[in-house]
Amino acid sequence: MKIRGPLGRRRYLAIALASFLLWTACWWALAASGWVDPLFLPSPLAVLRRAYLWGVDGDLLVDARISILRVTAGFLLSALMAVPLGLLIGAYRPVRAFSEPLLEFARYLPAVAFVPMVLLWVGIGEGSKIALIWIGTFFQMVIMISEDVARVPLPQIEAARTLGASDSEVLRRVLLRSALPAILDTLRVTLGWAWTYLVVAELVAANSGLGYAILKAQRFLQTDKIFVGIIVIGVIGLGTDQLLRALHRALFPWAAARP
Amino acid sequence: MNEAKLRIRHLGKRFTTPEGPFTALADVSFDVAAGEFVALVGASGCGKSTLLRLIAGLESPSDGEVLLDGRPVRGPGRDRAVVFQDYSLYPWFSVAENVGFSAGLRANRGGDARLRAERSRLLLELMGLERFADAYPHTLSGGMRQRVAIARALQNEPDVLLMDEPFGALDAQTREVMHELILHVLATERRTIVFVTHDVEEAVYLGDRIVVLAPGPGRIDSIWATDLPPALERTPELKQTPEFSGLAGRIRARIRETSGLQSDLQALRRLTGVRPPGPRSASERK
Repeated sequence: MKIRGPLGRRRYLAIALASFLLWTACWWALAASGWVDPLFLPSPLAVLRRAYLWGVDGDLLVDARISILRVTAGFLLSALMAVPLGLLIGAYRPVRAFSEPLLEFARYLPAVAFVPMVLLWVGIGEGSKIALIWIGTFFQMVIMISEDVARVPLPQIEAARTLGASDSEVLRRVLLRSALPAILDTLRVTLGWAWTYLVVAELVAANSGLGYAILKAQRFLQTDKIFVGIIVIGVIGLGTDQLLRALHRALFPWAAARP
Repeated sequence: MNEAKLRIRHLGKRFTTPEGPFTALADVSFDVAAGEFVALVGASGCGKSTLLRLIAGLESPSDGEVLLDGRPVRGPGRDRAVVFQDYSLYPWFSVAENVGFSAGLRANRGGDARLRAERSRLLLELMGLERFADAYPHTLSGGMRQRVAIARALQNEPDVLLMDEPFGALDAQTREVMHELILHVLATERRTIVFVTHDVEEAVYLGDRIVVLAPGPGRIDSIWATDLPPALERTPELKQTPEFSGLAGRIRARIRETSGLQSDLQALRRLTGVRPPGPRSASERK
């Protein structure tokens, strides 16, 4: 092993798979040893069995589907608002001065503490889950996207201006295009947080979804089902993350080789 | 070379820094004739890049003004293209798309699109880039990238081409090739050029006149006209002639005198008690 040494794709996958198997084996060994009450730590097999049962019931897919829909809606709402606003904040210093204090304050507000207010404002319908995801992700997203835009190299902007580009052309053709790979990375990271807030929303106020299923399982002490819920969310997150990474590589082959 | 293309009149620029106000340029005046190649050299901190940015309209002057064809410069414009040292190409565009960038801008619409496309193609050819038209900048060497940047700047047919240490990041061999390329391009695309460099040989080889700036605050120290053959007749062998090295040596000595490097040499002599490096190697430190 060398600092920053090379690693082929196959080797990488082999090591990653070994790591996964090792941790699963540890889990299985711990559960099988009898040291831990199965109520606290169900065995991998019990979790698998539960996942199968939950799956053939059909409920797992229904729960996963509604949760994915909620995350997508809340996340897209955040992104659609955060990208243009972040672009303006990253481009114009006065806009930054105007919005930064409020944003920096807002992003330290505990989103979870807004649950009662959200229920009061938008009721217990789908709107409350979307609103909570929005509160949890929007402010972070705007700030991170504005940083992405602010990092666009100045010569790229100045070259455009000396070639006759107007302000709106610099915004769309240079700042947005140049920052797009970084913005996609930001969206990928914030998508993970969206899932966190979804589960919070579903734990508090929902009668469907993976978070709700976890809450229900808690009432009946079905710890294996809780594990399934957590793992399913993890797998969905990992899947979308890999998808977005692949999209990044396909759309921005030039970004990886930035000087 | 008759009337002045650019007139720089009592130009001054002050910046506010955390340490207080800083005067980058004070009372700089000179003219650049149409079609002339003026090289700006000087010790670091002499404000040569600031001067170029003021001409480009990327900075606004604190005093004085820059006149282009008699009209004051108020901001960047397509009549003055800039070639930056690095990082100015658009990595998401291919070479051809970079060169054609200005053609897609609103300010440049209305002209004949076919003529513009044809011009892009000719510039690629002139720069030796035809084979790389579809390549992306990150796959090119530094020298090739700067060829793209020059082609992109010329696409707009600017009156004035401003170059800010365009070859500063290139190795010596590539730089020599670029010098020949620039002279070759000037033969077909006559432009008024203001060229900032820290390389005195480069300035003498390419320039019709060399403006030496002195630091603290940045001001004109001296202006040197070359009695070398006209730019289009210069060849690399010229660099070996006594006329060339004599002029370059005098300009280097002048820069050293204005830079305070002389006192460094004296201090070094006192510290070490040995002969300090000769003036030649000392002046080539960046």
